[in-house]
Amino acid sequence: MPLLETRALAAFYGDFQALYGIDTVLEAGETVAIIGANGAGKTTYLKSIAGLIRGPAESVSFDGAPIGASAAAEVMKRGIALVPEGRRLFPSLTAEENLLIGRYGRDVPGPWSLERIYALFPPIKGRRNSASMTLSGGEQQMVAIGRALISNPRVLLCDEISLGLAPIVVRALYEALRHIKAAGTSVILVEQDIVQAIKVSDRIYCFQEGRLSLSGRPGELSREQIHLAYFGT
Amino acid sequence: MTVWADALIQGILLGGLYALFAAGLSLIFGIMRLVNLAHGDLIILAAFVILTVAAWLNLNPFAATLAALPIMFIVGFALQHLLLNRTLGGELLPPLLVTFGLSIIIENALLELFSADSRRLLGGSIETASIALSPDVAMGVVPLLTLASALVIILALNVIFYRTALGRAFRATSDDVEIAQLMGIDHPRIFSLAMALAFVVLTIAALYLGMHANFDPTAGPERLLYAFEAVIVGGLGSFWGTLFGGIIIGVAQTTGAQLNPEWQILAGHVAFLVVLVVKPRGLFPRATD
Repeated sequence: MPLLETRALAAFYGDFQALYGIDTVLEAGETVAIIGANGAGKTTYLKSIAGLIRGPAESVSFDGAPIGASAAAEVMKRGIALVPEGRRLFPSLTAEENLLIGRYGRDVPGPWSLERIYALFPPIKGRRNSASMTLSGGEQQMVAIGRALISNPRVLLCDEISLGLAPIVVRALYEALRHIKAAGTSVILVEQDIVQAIKVSDRIYCFQEGRLSLSGRPGELSREQIHLAYFGT
Repeated sequence: MTVWADALIQGILLGGLYALFAAGLSLIFGIMRLVNLAHGDLIILAAFVILTVAAWLNLNPFAATLAALPIMFIVGFALQHLLLNRTLGGELLPPLLVTFGLSIIIENALLELFSADSRRLLGGSIETASIALSPDVAMGVVPLLTLASALVIILALNVIFYRTALGRAFRATSDDVEIAQLMGIDHPRIFSLAMALAFVVLTIAALYLGMHANFDPTAGPERLLYAFEAVIVGGLGSFWGTLFGGIIIGVAQTTGAQLNPEWQILAGHVAFLVVLVVKPRGLFPRATD
C-alpha cells in the first residue's frame, strides 16, 4: 500500500476547475517531483493534499486513511507538512518562534529537533532571535523548511523552494533535502527548475493545465518527452 | 498648581479604568480582526453578573468577581464558538452586524431583567478610603487598585502573548490564518480561547466600573466609545499602547473638567481627534500590519 495516494483528485476555485482527476502515488521513503508550467495546478495539488482545499474524502488517502475532506490542522497532525510557496513566515514571530510553532499540532519524537534543524541550516542559528522578516530570502526559506520539519512529518510537501533565490542558496537547500530524505522522510517536490527536480527525485509527474501529462523515472524519460509534457507543443 | 497636579493624578487613575475597558477589545481585534461592537454592553452584562452573584451568595464585589470569572470565561468561549466564529473569514460586514445586534439584544434583555434603575457595586469602607499625598491631593484606594489591575492585566497579556506557546499560536493566527492551520492550529478554537480571555478581562473591568460609578443597562455604548478611543490612540495591536491610550483619554477628561466641568467628556474626544490627526496609526502602532 502506498504511503500517500491521490485518486481522481479534482479541485475548484469557485467555478474554475484547477485539477481534472489527478492520480498519483508516493511510496514510503520516496522523493517525487511535480513539474509543470505556471498554472498547471501544482500548488493546487499540494494544497489539496494538505487540506487547504477540501474535496471528497477518498480523493486523497494517507497510510490507508481517506483524508481528502479533512481540515489542514487534522492533516498536519497525521504527519503531512507543507512548506508553502513564498515561504509565508509569521511576521510577528522571531525565526526561532517560527520553528517552534511548527510543532504546535504535532510534537512527536523523530529525527528532527530544534538542534538538528540548526545543524542542518547553520545560517539561521545565529539569527534565531531576529524578527523573521529581517532574514534574507534564503534564510527565510530555511526557516520555512525547518518549521515544517520540526513536527517530524512522514511526508514533506515542498512548494517551489528555489523560487527567487541565488543558485548557491538553492544548492544548499537541495543539499539539505538529501539529508531530509536520508532521515527517512518522504518528499513531494513542486519545482519549476526541472534540472534541479530531476536530480533529487526518484520519480516525476508532469502536470499540464490541471491534468497529468507524463510520469516516470528520471532515467527513463527523454528531454523531448518532458518538453512535450511540459509545454504541450 | 496643586489642582493641576490633582487633575493629572486623577486622570492617570481614571485612565486605568479606560485601559481595562479597552484591553479586551484590543485583544479581540488583534487576534481575529473582529470589531466587537457589543464590547461595552458585555462589560455592563458582566457588571450585572457580578451584582447578581454578590446578592445571591452575599459576597463583596471582589469575591463575587472571582466567582463570576469562570462563568464569564465559559460564556465568552461559547459565544465565539457558537456564534461569532460563523461570521468570520469572509466579508467585513457580518461580524459588525452580528455584534451590533448582540449589543441591542444584551441591552434590552438587561432592561427586561433588571429594569432601567441605576445600580452600583457596593464595596463598603474601601470605597471611601484614600491615601493622602499632600493636604490637597489624595488618591482613592479603588482608583489606585483599578490602575494596578490594569497594569497587572496588560503585563499578564504580554506574558501570555510573548512567552507562551498559546501566545505564539495567537500571534501566528493573527498573522496568517491559512498558514496557521498548516501548523496544526485549530483556528476556531484559538478564536474561542481569545474571546474567553477577553471576557475575563472585561469582567475585571466591570468590577471597577461598578465601583467607580453607577451603571444601568443602557450604559454600554459609552464604555465602548472610550475603549475604542483608548485602543486607537495607543495604536492597534499594542497592549502597552492601549494602557497609554486609556491614560491619555483619562488625563484629557480630568484636565478638561478642571478648566470647565462641562468639558470633561468633550476633552477626551478632542484628545482622541488630535491624536488621529497627528498620528493616524496611533502612538505605538505594531510594526507589521
